[in-house]
Amino acid sequence: MSALVAARAVRRSRARLVTIVLLGAVLVIAALSLAVGAYSVSLPDLLATLAGQGNSKNEFIVLRLRLPRLTMAVLAGLAFALAGALFQALLGNPLASPDLIGITGGASVAAVFAILVLGLSGFAVSGFAFVGALVVASTIYLLSWRQGIAGYRFVLVGIGIAFMVQAALGYLLTRADVRDAQGALVWMVGSLSGTLWTEVAVAAISVGVLVPAVIVLAPKLRMLQLGDDTARGLGVRVDLSRVLLLAVAVALAAVATASVGPIAFVAFVAGPIARRLVPGTSLVPSALVGVLLVSTADFVSQHLLPGGVQVPVGIITGAIGAPYLLWLLATRRSRGEA
Amino acid sequence: MTESHTLTARELSLAYDGADIIDHLDVSIPPGSITVIVGANACGKSTLLRGLARLMKPRVGRVEVDGRDIHSYPSKQLARLVGLLPQHPVAPAGITVADLVARGRYPHQGWFARGTAADDAAIAHALEQTSTTELAGRAVEELSGGQRQRVWIAMALAQEPEILLLDEPTTFLDVTHQVEVLDLLMHLNKERGTTVVMVLHDLNLAARYADHLIVMAKGAIVASGAPDEVITVETVRAAFDLESVVIADPVCGSPMVVPIGRFHQLG
Amino acid sequence: MTRRTLGLVVLAIAVLAVVFVSLAFGTRQISLDAVFAAIIDPDLSNNDHAVVRDLRVPRTVIGLLAGAALGVAGGIMQGLTRNPLADPGLLGVNAGASLFVVLGITFFGITAATGYVWFAFAGAAVATVVVYAVGAGRGGHATPVTLTLAGAAVTAVLTSIITLVLLSNLETLNQYRFWSVGSLVGRDLSTVVVLLPFLIAGFALAAVVARMLNVLALGDDVARGLGQNVSLARVLAAVAIVILCGGATSIAGPIVFVGLVVPHIVRRFTGPDYRWVLAYSFFVGAILLVLADVVGRLIVQPTELEAGIVVAFLGAPVMIALVRRSKVGVL
Repeated sequence: MSALVAARAVRRSRARLVTIVLLGAVLVIAALSLAVGAYSVSLPDLLATLAGQGNSKNEFIVLRLRLPRLTMAVLAGLAFALAGALFQALLGNPLASPDLIGITGGASVAAVFAILVLGLSGFAVSGFAFVGALVVASTIYLLSWRQGIAGYRFVLVGIGIAFMVQAALGYLLTRADVRDAQGALVWMVGSLSGTLWTEVAVAAISVGVLVPAVIVLAPKLRMLQLGDDTARGLGVRVDLSRVLLLAVAVALAAVATASVGPIAFVAFVAGPIARRLVPGTSLVPSALVGVLLVSTADFVSQHLLPGGVQVPVGIITGAIGAPYLLWLLATRRSRGEA
Repeated sequence: MTESHTLTARELSLAYDGADIIDHLDVSIPPGSITVIVGANACGKSTLLRGLARLMKPRVGRVEVDGRDIHSYPSKQLARLVGLLPQHPVAPAGITVADLVARGRYPHQGWFARGTAADDAAIAHALEQTSTTELAGRAVEELSGGQRQRVWIAMALAQEPEILLLDEPTTFLDVTHQVEVLDLLMHLNKERGTTVVMVLHDLNLAARYADHLIVMAKGAIVASGAPDEVITVETVRAAFDLESVVIADPVCGSPMVVPIGRFHQLG
Repeated sequence: MTRRTLGLVVLAIAVLAVVFVSLAFGTRQISLDAVFAAIIDPDLSNNDHAVVRDLRVPRTVIGLLAGAALGVAGGIMQGLTRNPLADPGLLGVNAGASLFVVLGITFFGITAATGYVWFAFAGAAVATVVVYAVGAGRGGHATPVTLTLAGAAVTAVLTSIITLVLLSNLETLNQYRFWSVGSLVGRDLSTVVVLLPFLIAGFALAAVVARMLNVLALGDDVARGLGQNVSLARVLAAVAIVILCGGATSIAGPIVFVGLVVPHIVRRFTGPDYRWVLAYSFFVGAILLVLADVVGRLIVQPTELEAGIVVAFLGAPVMIALVRRSKVGVL
């Protein structure tokens, strides 16, 4: 019994340590995001403002401008990372990610359609993005269903749809005025600037509903990873669990994309990074990595260029994420992971 | 210690993509004993096992545990009775032995799965029975074939099933590990009275370890019963299309099949 | 044997028929007499003749060449990777060519196709190497699924870099967005003339590689046992792919699915012998792309839909059907 307890204790303490370190890093970035800027707020003033005791100027800067933006970064990072980790675990492949299999692409097409053809903006665009992601995900699910879902089939059908979606996007972009096209492109890169509390509220409620769902379904996920046959032998209702988990993952990706646009690579790399830190699929570290990625990227995006010029968040995550992703993929062992 | 549970199939027909693999089969697994299913490739033995394990829905007929259709049992309840080790089990990357065996407790846990003392005891017991306690902290993918198979059996044991189904548990193991795994299963059967049903491809090992043997060919049962009765020259010819001589195993006396080929003949 | 040769003859005739259709149909109604006259005895002041000569002939020629190149490249890719889902677009080769073209336009101010063809080649080469390395992982063995995913991943990476450049440069965006949808319009024949020697070299190399692919299809170990220099075969095949894809992408922009679909259609008639597969793919690819272009002209009159978009919408269902039908070697 003691060998068992010892093994478990070692694993748990490592996970706990990593979680604490990640949380600490997140807090540091959060503090920096709120305090540093064209108008800097000192730490004591910051704490006072957060407690409701600051002067009106600090209150405006921190509570009206920076805090909603930071909160949204946290929510989006959380949602993207969880969606990515869930997809990768469900489809059995670290390369599988909602970005790649057309889901965020579906959101983009719907959003760009709303922007360029219908001339919408704000919440309406987000709504379209959300619906677009769900429609594409359902289509992929239905098309890959053949006496059940096989991970690889879902992925491959998703990639086919993703390329079709790309063509549709190309079509929309060529039919619009070039300035409008550039505007649509900005949405597609993902941005956190000008976040309003109302947007944050919508995202927070959605994420608030979905995260408990993830917690409840997580044990089923661990069983599914043992293979369908073993899982069934252990009493898991495999098809039902998989559908529910996929639905939750899609919803998370859809909410995140609808709120901030498809921020590149967060969903893709959060899981693999977390796995390097804590072996095995760990959802909490993945979520924290996602939060850290997006909030750090947002901080960098605001302060990289002089003169208050902001680089869209998606560019930063792309610049960090892309080479890291390629390196991750090229150095993974091809056995036992695909 | 364990009550005996019956596992039977009545008029069972199982099909893949429309083609029947087995047709109107009747099988009765004697409780508390070791039953081995043998036969040539593509004779339907794995399909039968999958049908018994509720991995396939019967086209016609039913499989019953304790007289009740297995498809009418709630999943977890059935899993507490019947455990399964499939042919190609998948271990997630990086999982430790202790973790994998712990997952076997799933059928006994509620919605918010937290390890209880009973769970820990079952896991420790499973590790001990399979002599894998020292491996508890190691990663499964680093283990040898024989060790890994023992770990999977430990997981199935942690489930504490009354009936254990195994699909070719020894196929990819060298002979030492084959014997090791089969000895373990026999020990479990004798110690706890677990009913063991397995598919084996090695006829002689099957004859040695089985209490009850089912020989299949082309989706039908050619013979079933005690190895002494079942393993005959005629049965081997019917099931494997092979000429042979059947002698008594010099170690334990069970029937042993010695094949006759083109270049190796009698006399 | 003779059946397959006969098939080739039929295909050659079909190509001529398709060429004719492409010259005759479009958003502007032009009578058949005018089409013939435009080719044989053109009248410079006649608008109809101008449309045929200046618009339809170039796009037909481009369609034929790019389609043939992509079809053959797709066949080679599928043989090289033993992956039934290989396609220059899916495996990121086109994205690589696109990225380098964008870089060429933006940072080197190159606007003529004759200039950025070199960039397209370089980009295709880089992408091919990267995707294969990524798809194989450290284990050195790429399965169909991981290779396809690697292609998608590399495409995503390259596309994000492209987006970065486009966001900062309105002029490049304006040029690029039309190029990126796979339009056969807006390029003139001088580009084609520059690329022709490369494409011919590519096709010749493909003919050489075809036999090697037949042996490679049996697996590396068996191929070596039969005396095939596996590394050499791989390099030659890769070079052929790069030339053909780079060339096709330069003249027509990045087009997906042609390389995937054509060899599959073709294999139903030719069987798995790559000499026949590539020969047939040459013709069927040309026919497919030109037909797609014609369809694009007819279905949304008075405007047009680019050939690349038509192919994407037709090709995706085919790919999905392929995935549903077969067990695409998971392992």
